[in-house]
Amino acid sequence: MLFSELTDLSLKHIAGPAAEEFDGVYVGDLLSRAMGHVEAGNLWITIMNNINVIAVASLSEASAVILAEGVALTEDAEEAAREKNISVYSSEKSAFTLCAEIAQRMGGV
Amino acid sequence: MDEFSLYVLDITMNSVRAGAQNIAITLREEGEWLDFSVQDDGCGMTEEQVARLHNPFFTTRKTRNVGLGIPFLTMLAEMTGGNVKITSVHESVSAEHGTKTAARFGRKHIDFIPLGDLVSTVTTLIQGSPQVNFTYDHHTEKGSVHLSCAELKAVLGDDISLAEPEILAWIEGYLKEQYAELV
Repeated sequence: MLFSELTDLSLKHIAGPAAEEFDGVYVGDLLSRAMGHVEAGNLWITIMNNINVIAVASLSEASAVILAEGVALTEDAEEAAREKNISVYSSEKSAFTLCAEIAQRMGGV
Repeated sequence: MDEFSLYVLDITMNSVRAGAQNIAITLREEGEWLDFSVQDDGCGMTEEQVARLHNPFFTTRKTRNVGLGIPFLTMLAEMTGGNVKITSVHESVSAEHGTKTAARFGRKHIDFIPLGDLVSTVTTLIQGSPQVNFTYDHHTEKGSVHLSCAELKAVLGDDISLAEPEILAWIEGYLKEQYAELV
């Protein structure tokens, strides 16, 4: 699915390149678990915001990270996202709302 | 990693990979805190390497076998009001080389995780590296659990590997018995 199909979710692009496509979504905040469950091409929705998030996104080849509940990246995480070309967005919405809206645009889960 | 024992395994494996012959694992639960340390006589790290340990990219990109272990440990420690201190002497610096990873956790903090199966963790470590002299000490307010591979070897002699199923089963029982007495 094209990331541009999520334009009306008003996601704020906060670091890294613009996301292009994605294939499925993972939601979760326990990084060690996310490392094993975020699949390549997934959008990853989390409220964690440190540099380890960028490392896990990079290792798992996530297509983009969306920070829910208005969370901002730490400075070093932002720099790492830029360096490692990890697309990061933020939203004031909850992870649940984001999932529901994305699932709707995907035509169901 | 939703149980603390997995962190114990992960951090101790760093010492095993550093070629340590003696590894002391200590857990001390006292008041608000859980103090956890792993001290080894492995190859150690340079100051530069220690300084970079907290950066997950340095470690993963260089495939240095440290991975996200220290960053995850630090996250859990800081999330619960604690911290991580790593001191290391590289083998090029001194004959008394090795690394000590010491971490403090707020064990009553809402974000702290269950300790998990420490007995299995210790036996798994011994099974994987029977040549290493592990020392395991877990101090709680109800008493202590202690295991010393060097002491076992002194009794068993050099010909018997601690990885023998019977020996491992005995170690498991020995630890479980001590834990049962803590109640």
